[in-house]
Amino acid sequence: MDERRFQQIVDGDGRIEPRDEMPDGYRKTLIRQIAQHAHSEIIGMQPEGNWITRAPSLRRKAILVAKVQDEAGHGLYLYGAAETLGADRDELLDMLHSGRQKYSTIFNYPTVSWADVAAIGWLVDGAAIMNQVPLTRCSSGPYARAMIRVCKEESFHQRQGFEAMTVLANGSPAQRRMAQDALDRWWWPSLRMFGPSDDNSPNSAQSMAWGIKRFSNDELRQRFVDATVPQAEHLGLTVPDPDLRLDAATGHHVFGEIDWTEFFEVMKGNGPCNRQRLERRVTAHEEGAWVREAAAAYASKQAAREVAA
Amino acid sequence: MVDPDVSQYCLRLGDDALVLAQRLCEWAARSPQLEEDVALMNLALDLLGQSRSLLTLAGAREGAGRDEDDLAFLRDEPDFVNAQLVELENGDFGRTMAKQLLVSAYALPLWQALCGSTDADLAAIAGKAVKEVAYHLDHARSWVVRLGDGTEESHLRMQKGLDEVWPYAFELFESDPLLDRLVARGVAADPAALQPFWRSCVEEVLAEATLSVPSTDWRPSGGRRGTHTESFGYLLAEMQHLHRSHPGVSW
Repeated sequence: MDERRFQQIVDGDGRIEPRDEMPDGYRKTLIRQIAQHAHSEIIGMQPEGNWITRAPSLRRKAILVAKVQDEAGHGLYLYGAAETLGADRDELLDMLHSGRQKYSTIFNYPTVSWADVAAIGWLVDGAAIMNQVPLTRCSSGPYARAMIRVCKEESFHQRQGFEAMTVLANGSPAQRRMAQDALDRWWWPSLRMFGPSDDNSPNSAQSMAWGIKRFSNDELRQRFVDATVPQAEHLGLTVPDPDLRLDAATGHHVFGEIDWTEFFEVMKGNGPCNRQRLERRVTAHEEGAWVREAAAAYASKQAAREVAA
Repeated sequence: MVDPDVSQYCLRLGDDALVLAQRLCEWAARSPQLEEDVALMNLALDLLGQSRSLLTLAGAREGAGRDEDDLAFLRDEPDFVNAQLVELENGDFGRTMAKQLLVSAYALPLWQALCGSTDADLAAIAGKAVKEVAYHLDHARSWVVRLGDGTEESHLRMQKGLDEVWPYAFELFESDPLLDRLVARGVAADPAALQPFWRSCVEEVLAEATLSVPSTDWRPSGGRRGTHTESFGYLLAEMQHLHRSHPGVSW
């Protein structure tokens, strides 16, 4: 293939479409990244879905059902985008189920209180948006287009999460305690969502050259901290970082050291919910096998009947 | 405008929608395929929306200042007046779809009739609900047919699920003095008049699905009078616990 032409398109900020020639490594990297994003969406339904049946008002229940539904929808278009690059959804799901492909480590933390649902919207969706908005301009046409739609919905979720957190932070002492506790537990895992520091992120340089990545992990993390700390202050909540301070000279927040040991442990499978999340996913898939088989059998019977008719 | 009869009727309709939605919510991230996660949450959202409008209207006609959340979260089991059919546990996907078919084939003619209710607020809710339940019926119908006429296993499971929920459907068509009064006023739909559509719709689907119409004369009932199945207490405990743990706060 003509790698020069490919690189010219990428360097000129153009889009690589499924029919275009592309290096094998580029195709594989994209499929893996899109699949892992899709896996994160469908595993991400679990921690929030955990509170649907217990949501404290009918309005909050409806908002949460709609959000979990959006996540299933995001999973669908992302698997669809990966399929345009030659992947197969069933194979990608097998890779998830067998642990050969990962999903975001953030979803291996438990949602133990209602405030966790609000914190996920505010922090986790907030961090996801920081990561994903640049992807709307990435070099892959299908991924960029999927991201445009996903980001619109994510920013809606982020606002709803912040609004739910605002109600809790201004509520009863028990609600405020719930809100602070959720921030305490979700803050550091959210910062780790941007991935390892630049000097410890082996694939970043290649992804940048391919136009899949626009900003470094550390740049995006800094942006998130700068945007989120004032929001926490507005809520009257305390960010659980004694080293956090605003550097007047740069206008940026300086924050404490991130515990990467925990990140790599969770990545390896040793987070609080890794086993539970995967098992629930595999169980749903296996328990649904008879339904999918029936749908396929019915479809082929119908096709045969049409041929006979 | 205080009107205890209309309030009670809206409570029945609202409780049916709320409890069925709550059961559908249990499927979140558990469905057989991703498309179905989207579809089931869609059904749950429609029903939740209907229940919120209906409970709000029930509260307004009651005139005691109760809103949708007071009615959903602060009533005890005997105060819920949903039909027992909607509270039955989901079971497998086949049983869930059997229940959805039996409910939706009742809900469609119900909401069609209520579009002409003399209560304008109820008629407005019906105008929106009728489009939603037409889709719910279509969705349930297509799964019941595919599962009934799919594989040997799916046929057996679908028939079993149908047999289990079937006897509970007949409560939907019972009349009582409250309904007699409201039918006479043109507010409510006459439940007996909904049964011919239900019967022919369900029988047509079952025939296409190669399933048998269950034969049993057991007719459990009592939901409209506040008598429920054992599993209902667990449903309410889960749904109401957080709300009740923090009395009087906003969410």
